[in-house]
Amino acid sequence: MSFKHEKIETNAGILLVFTMIAISIGGMVEIAPLFFMKDKTIEKVDGVRPYTPLESRGRDIYVREGCYLCHSQMIRPFRDEQLRYGHYSLAAESQYDHPFQWGSKRTGPDLARVGGKYSNEWQVQHLLSPRSVVPESVMPNYPWLLTTKLDVSDVGDRLRALRITGVPYSANQEEYQHNVKKFGEKVADTLVIADAQKNLVAQAQEGNYDGDRSSVSEMDALVAYLQVLGTMVDFSKVKPEDLVKFR
Amino acid sequence: MADKSSSLVQTTGHVWDGDLQEFNNPLPVWWTYTFYATMVFAVVYWLIYPSWPVGKSFLPGMSHVTYKNSAGQDESWHWNTRSKLLKEMQDADVAQKPYFDKLAALPYDKIAKDPDLNSFMLSAGKSLFSDNCAACHQAGGQGKIGFFPNLTDDDWIYGGSYDKINETITDGRHGYMPPFGEALEAAQIDDLANYVATLSGLKADAAKASRGKEMFHGQTGACYYCHGDNAKGRQDIGSANLTDKVWLWADVPGAANDAGKVTAIAKVIASGVNKGVMPTWKGRLSPQQIKLLTVYVHELGGGK
Repeated sequence: MSFKHEKIETNAGILLVFTMIAISIGGMVEIAPLFFMKDKTIEKVDGVRPYTPLESRGRDIYVREGCYLCHSQMIRPFRDEQLRYGHYSLAAESQYDHPFQWGSKRTGPDLARVGGKYSNEWQVQHLLSPRSVVPESVMPNYPWLLTTKLDVSDVGDRLRALRITGVPYSANQEEYQHNVKKFGEKVADTLVIADAQKNLVAQAQEGNYDGDRSSVSEMDALVAYLQVLGTMVDFSKVKPEDLVKFR
Repeated sequence: MADKSSSLVQTTGHVWDGDLQEFNNPLPVWWTYTFYATMVFAVVYWLIYPSWPVGKSFLPGMSHVTYKNSAGQDESWHWNTRSKLLKEMQDADVAQKPYFDKLAALPYDKIAKDPDLNSFMLSAGKSLFSDNCAACHQAGGQGKIGFFPNLTDDDWIYGGSYDKINETITDGRHGYMPPFGEALEAAQIDDLANYVATLSGLKADAAKASRGKEMFHGQTGACYYCHGDNAKGRQDIGSANLTDKVWLWADVPGAANDAGKVTAIAKVIASGVNKGVMPTWKGRLSPQQIKLLTVYVHELGGGK
């Protein structure tokens, strides 16, 4: 007896099973092998570190306000993108991002390398009132960021949650020593979960991101996050042809 | 009619309303063969471009891209978006090289006078300026009072010569004036503001201004220390010239009346300036691009 496609099409159960098989082949071929190819796809570059507590809270606000709906953080390897936004994004650069903010829609520009491109003051003014500095902008105003005090009470818990996903925030001395070896003492100190609140306030005080040292606002955190985006890798020390070999 | 079609075409056997039937036509032949053709296309594609995973690696495909490595030698790697990009960037660099070589060789003031190079400078400068400078200094370089300096007037905080503009773009700047509100009384600041207003010919209270003058040049305010005895500012430290009618931090042009203008000045004296940060463009732009941008900014109207 010959098998006819009519059998699949007229039987919802069989159709479902075969559809799932067809889709899983795509997944198994395109997604699963990447987990076994990390050496070949994640570039070996220096400088990438987990976010400090303040930057991490800024990232939470970035997600909360839905910035990713209009801004991507993924500079694709095309000439026009590289000329406008800077060096294309590396897999290594988002290894501590959970979830990543690559995005899929650009109403505004890509932000993967916005760090250091504008002054803190510009960032603050632009978030308060985008059209006051970019007349043609369609971005909404975010005035509450400057007036809302940042809730720092749970920052330790937030880092602990990220630690479970594999971000090396240190919960004990052994992990701390491991971080010292990997990132150097200065960075390792910022990754200690027990010191998260202290470190957050200290960075906000020193950076003075929102121009007001008297308290830590949500603006402080968000600007601190924006100012670190894409700045961790020093591309003057990376040979372009080495990156080619990770694809 | 129902009889005619049912005799020619196979149906699913369902009938609605007595004569409404569902045909069970086979796929058109052209469609089927196109589908087979896409399968053949896929196989060819796998052979040319990176495709199937194999163990801990993948099939790289037969297509290769040859580019120059950092040592300047030809190097080849299988086709991928990165090798293709590297090649494209290098090809574009070669195409622009004659212009950038000429740009690097010529002194600043000759660049705008060479018609060919001038049009290259203007078009490349415009896109560089839009991408990098316009967010703060605005599209035409007119700046924004209270935030970002105007680049089209002839008032320069750090100097408007080619070399100074280049230095500013390359290394960035950070403006600073201490907040005098912490050290002086409100009345004293008002006196100072009245004096500063008179420096550029604004109307002010004469008695207050004369008291302010004393503070400006004495040890109470010690304003002269940065702004100079003649109040014309010092470009080496970026202190403002207070005698011209150009304002950056105090919104004097936006004030409704003379009293408002003095208040605007007083506000800046009280709160100081710890902004005016210009980022550095050293890592972001190449020295040639910065040189080109220097000429572009110089030509916006204010260059000296």
